[in-house]
Amino acid sequence: MRHLLSTEGIDPADATAILDTAANLKQSLEGREVRKLPTLRGRTVITMFYENSTRTRVSFEIAGKWMSADVVNVSSSGSSVSKGESLRDTALTLAAAGADCVIVRHPASGAAHRLADWLKHTGTSVVNAGDGMHEHPTQALLDAATLRERLGDLRDRRIAIVGDVLHSRVARSNVHLLTALGAHVTLVAPPTLLPSGVERWPVTVSHDLDADLPSQDAVMLLRVQAERMHGGFFPSAREYSIAYGLNERRLALLPDHAVVLHPGPMLRGMEIASSVADSPRAAITDQVRNGVHVRMAVLYHLLAHEEETA
Amino acid sequence: MNTLIIRGVRPYGEGDPVDVLVRDGVIAEIGDVEDDDAEVIDGDGAVLLPGFVDLHTHLREPGREDTETIETGSRAAALGGYTAVFAMANTDPVADNAVVVEHVARRGREVGLVDVHPVGAVTVGLKGEKLAELGTMAKTGVRVFSDDGHCVHDPLIMRRALEYSKALDVVVAQHAEEPRLTVGAQAHEGEQASRLGLQGWPAAAEEAIVARDCLLAKQVDARLHVCHVSTSGTADVLAWAKARGTKVSAEVTPHHLLLTDERLETYDPVNKVNPPLRTGDDVQALRRALAEGVIDCVATDHAPHAVQDKDCEWSAARPGMLGLQTALSIVVETMVETDLLDWRGVARVMSERPAAIAGLPDQGRPIEVGEPANLVLVDPGARWTVRGAELASISANTPFEGMELPARVVATVLRGRVTATSGRIPA
Repeated sequence: MRHLLSTEGIDPADATAILDTAANLKQSLEGREVRKLPTLRGRTVITMFYENSTRTRVSFEIAGKWMSADVVNVSSSGSSVSKGESLRDTALTLAAAGADCVIVRHPASGAAHRLADWLKHTGTSVVNAGDGMHEHPTQALLDAATLRERLGDLRDRRIAIVGDVLHSRVARSNVHLLTALGAHVTLVAPPTLLPSGVERWPVTVSHDLDADLPSQDAVMLLRVQAERMHGGFFPSAREYSIAYGLNERRLALLPDHAVVLHPGPMLRGMEIASSVADSPRAAITDQVRNGVHVRMAVLYHLLAHEEETA
Repeated sequence: MNTLIIRGVRPYGEGDPVDVLVRDGVIAEIGDVEDDDAEVIDGDGAVLLPGFVDLHTHLREPGREDTETIETGSRAAALGGYTAVFAMANTDPVADNAVVVEHVARRGREVGLVDVHPVGAVTVGLKGEKLAELGTMAKTGVRVFSDDGHCVHDPLIMRRALEYSKALDVVVAQHAEEPRLTVGAQAHEGEQASRLGLQGWPAAAEEAIVARDCLLAKQVDARLHVCHVSTSGTADVLAWAKARGTKVSAEVTPHHLLLTDERLETYDPVNKVNPPLRTGDDVQALRRALAEGVIDCVATDHAPHAVQDKDCEWSAARPGMLGLQTALSIVVETMVETDLLDWRGVARVMSERPAAIAGLPDQGRPIEVGEPANLVLVDPGARWTVRGAELASISANTPFEGMELPARVVATVLRGRVTATSGRIPA
């Protein structure tokens, strides 16, 4: 694997290998005083974030540092980007400066694919840390890692993804990865927040959360972005919360073993009740914790694994 | 006296090869002709058609001469078999006044490779708020008005434009795109855009405006031309409107006859265009509509763009594609080789109908003695591979890069003067 651009079309064996590596890393680091592996010593990883992000950028940075890579963070403000430099020139500059891996978040769908194309004659790997409304593959991998911890093998497990599927790169990456791993995905959202042509996706579509909950092994809630709330996609935050919010009554409809996930940042009281977010059923902090191990595993497979197998 | 003999050509691809004698820009004789002093083009059995007329070209001058000029665009047009092109008004400054349109027309005459007809803007600054001085521009010879790139979306402004244009014997050409339905739109709304996470451009945003404008044109008994039809639904609306006597005409671009949104897979913005590439079903419906005359003609929407405006992320890229030098080949590929059109049909959709829509008296004429010699020779058996860097445009943004296509322009003749031959502009 040279790049990680999307989970669409991912080989389930590759995905499982990353998840297994992440689980091994987690196990070997747990309880250790010095959480640092020498694996990527001398390698340079650059994060390029063109959108605000706390958890993803920090998670990648920690992952790189725990692997002993040199991690450099570039943001769009305070760099040449704010002087109008093109994405292409910035990418070529960072590759020329010695990046072994560029981790990019960008508001334009396909930005990571373009980057990989521009960098095809360099040795630099590209990791998509979220491109517009397209994909966020490491989020899907960390969600899958979390679900595996709680549920074991995901084959034939039933997972509901609830909320703004239309604009969500998290939803797209999860649909591809979870179905590749053999799970059944149900998308639950008002029709205005479902993508055109969703009926031909390998998922079940529903507008009735209450009816779906009793059969699910996990529920993944998507953030409702503030700008959507005023875009007329639904009448009001109140009505959305009534129809699609996960409150205590709905939590009780889930089977006892079922897990609640949220990619964060959460809007408590809107898509998820505060008590639900803080309940033991919620795996939200596990997701963040696993995010570091999954990203370590991704960097390992892109940067270190190849050398060992070659 | 200027004489030209075109030897061994088959008008409309019919019958045995004949010679055509052109004297002073007019077809003087068809048959076996001799004139020792004449310039000679050897047709070698080529198909002879009336010179092509493009109702929709972006020549980028004034304003973006780094991407195309009236001279380079004229060269591309001549090499593509065109004898007349309509230069869209979305220049900088906008062609919304007599000064700019007269400048474009004069530069076209100076270059002299193709008749360059400036399109005037419908509204001041293409803003859709206030009618531009249509009458003043019409007096300078403007035949077509369009805010292309923008939709005249306000129904009252559109009604007034249609109504006012009646007295001027001009036509208003609409870029049909309901702006409220296409905020941030990046790609045809459908399965592919959903997968790629690109904001959808729904078919209904085009169809709703076309339907509305057909109703308005009927209401005020004015002529309407619809730019770059891209959906099967628009073809249905046009068929319905024509059946009830609306004076509406429409064009389709070569790229919408060939390419689909499957091309978006790579996120390469060379495939970004407005209206966007649509589905295979739309492509088939557009071909049928063109064959049946529901869509009147082919127009290129030739839209040169600089490398930096295309070699970037999808949402930052400008929409548009080169078209002048590939239009004929795409029409042959999609319409002739599929038996949807014969060469008479090609003459109709690429020359006769666009000339009639714009009211050009000397273009799109029959190939007959006494008619103006605006002609194109086509080698239907040739095949060639498109290379953007080899096209005459300053820009190279062709989505057909690397494609092998049928049919080549052997020569183009503008009022008896050879403007292109064997892929070159004569010195």
